[in-house]
Amino acid sequence: MNIVVAIKHIPSIADDLPVSDNNVDFDSVDFVLNEFDEQSIEQAVLVKEAVGGTVTVVGVDLIEELDNVLHMALAKGADKAVKITADDDPGADSHAQAKWLAEAIKGMSPDLVFAGVQASNDLDGQIGPLLAAYLDMPYIGGVSSVEAGDGTATVNKEFAGGVGAKYEVGLPAVIGVQAAVKPPRYAPISKVRQIAQTATIEELDPSGDASAGLTYKNMAPPVAAGHAEMIDGSAKEVAAKIVELLKSKGLA
Amino acid sequence: MSNDVYVITEHLDGKFSDVSFELVGKAKELASALGGEAVAVVIGSGVDANVFASDSTIHVDDAALSNFNPEAYGKVIEALIKEKFPRLVMFGWTATGMDMAAWLSGRLDVPCAAYVKDIGVDLTMSCQAYGGKLMADVTTEGDMAIAACLAGSFPAEAGQGSTAAATVASPVSLDGLKMKFVEAINPEGGDVDITAQTKLVSVGRGIGGKENIELAEELAEALDAALSCSRPVVDAGWLPRTRQVGKSGLKVKPKLYLMLGISGAPEHLEGMSSAELIIAVNTDKKAPIFNVAHYGATADLFEVAEEMLELL
Repeated sequence: MNIVVAIKHIPSIADDLPVSDNNVDFDSVDFVLNEFDEQSIEQAVLVKEAVGGTVTVVGVDLIEELDNVLHMALAKGADKAVKITADDDPGADSHAQAKWLAEAIKGMSPDLVFAGVQASNDLDGQIGPLLAAYLDMPYIGGVSSVEAGDGTATVNKEFAGGVGAKYEVGLPAVIGVQAAVKPPRYAPISKVRQIAQTATIEELDPSGDASAGLTYKNMAPPVAAGHAEMIDGSAKEVAAKIVELLKSKGLA
Repeated sequence: MSNDVYVITEHLDGKFSDVSFELVGKAKELASALGGEAVAVVIGSGVDANVFASDSTIHVDDAALSNFNPEAYGKVIEALIKEKFPRLVMFGWTATGMDMAAWLSGRLDVPCAAYVKDIGVDLTMSCQAYGGKLMADVTTEGDMAIAACLAGSFPAEAGQGSTAAATVASPVSLDGLKMKFVEAINPEGGDVDITAQTKLVSVGRGIGGKENIELAEELAEALDAALSCSRPVVDAGWLPRTRQVGKSGLKVKPKLYLMLGISGAPEHLEGMSSAELIIAVNTDKKAPIFNVAHYGATADLFEVAEEMLELL
């Protein structure tokens, strides 16, 4: 089974997100792997372990820092890593990235293409369904388990609240992963370091051109209709005030 | 091309989701401003499509469409939208809409905005991006646009009505589909039903690890509450999926929702924002949850939980 995982390197939302020119100030934020791509890599490696094959991880290198992410993927069981170098365009949208990824993936003749179901900066939609459109493959997202068979894959798709459905998908297909069937494995730092010294990452130039067709008029923190009444003080004081509040409302 | 606004509705077990009505209501407002029609699109078999306040409803009825199938539904929508060429196509940013909105955008080379929270009559879309930390106002190029809208963004009542649907056959052949619906999956029973609880203590990524769940459980017990969580906690395997609140989890409306280490991404808010009393403890003072919670504290959740246990 030839499995390709398309990943997205995105600004971390753990920190402040400064804005400049109606977009995130990409020079002053940290980039991290989209959290759903961690699930997607894990699910791909699990399928490979079950039925054999290779896992190729491919992503767009927006800020010349994708190597770390790719080394981590290799340490977790991926076999090959590919980066599309686009470091002059850190704000490349999903359409642009999906087009470049599709052009790279075409030549890999995959059976299964995995992508994270969504990313927090998918303002123009997600990589997965766009890849499916560009590669002319079917797409199914919200997937939380994948079993590969001969020319088909059986996947569970989640709707909400534990309700879902099982689908059989003829391959090749693009799968949007919500969660791997098992939590992502841990790769020891020593292993990642060792791989960083020996692994080769294939480099590609962006090929193809697609645009989201969106113009950003404004970007700013949300103007909240309200704000929580903040409880100040030490943890002890905060705890006391919460307990007092709950008691006053008959909730404790 | 036209000035019509099309809504791709969604249903499960014969029941339309709230977001379908929300979008139809908004579509009416937009279509009226644009001088077009608000059109509800119902795809599926065995469903009563005469429930919307749309100007018209198209019901594509085919046995192959009885259950949601992203490939089949996608093909139908693509053919329909190509033929009708509306000004705007609205999807829910939901488990089903997310399979099709960006796909359609790629197929038709039409702009798509996602995480849409509001749409102005000039079709400026306000998108809740970066986990709710930033709002982006975007405009779209060309004569057609796609909007994938967050559930709960518009009132549902405005979309409820009784417009008689025009039933049509599938505009495209559904032979030779590569994707097949096999069976429905229902929730595992046997665990606490978090939707039936009056008090919930809910933990997020900030809880840090499975070993810390016990502390949260103790606090929940002391408050006579049940323990729930946000999605990353489930994905990490720290709590079962039956405890998950939010878009891909359950919707809850308890009297108390005490949040420890949950930042408040839009997906989580969909599941709990109508709780009666929301108290959030988070170390990030800019966490979006503080725009929704009634009371908040920027503090270490472990210390607060331990101190609360002392007092209870």
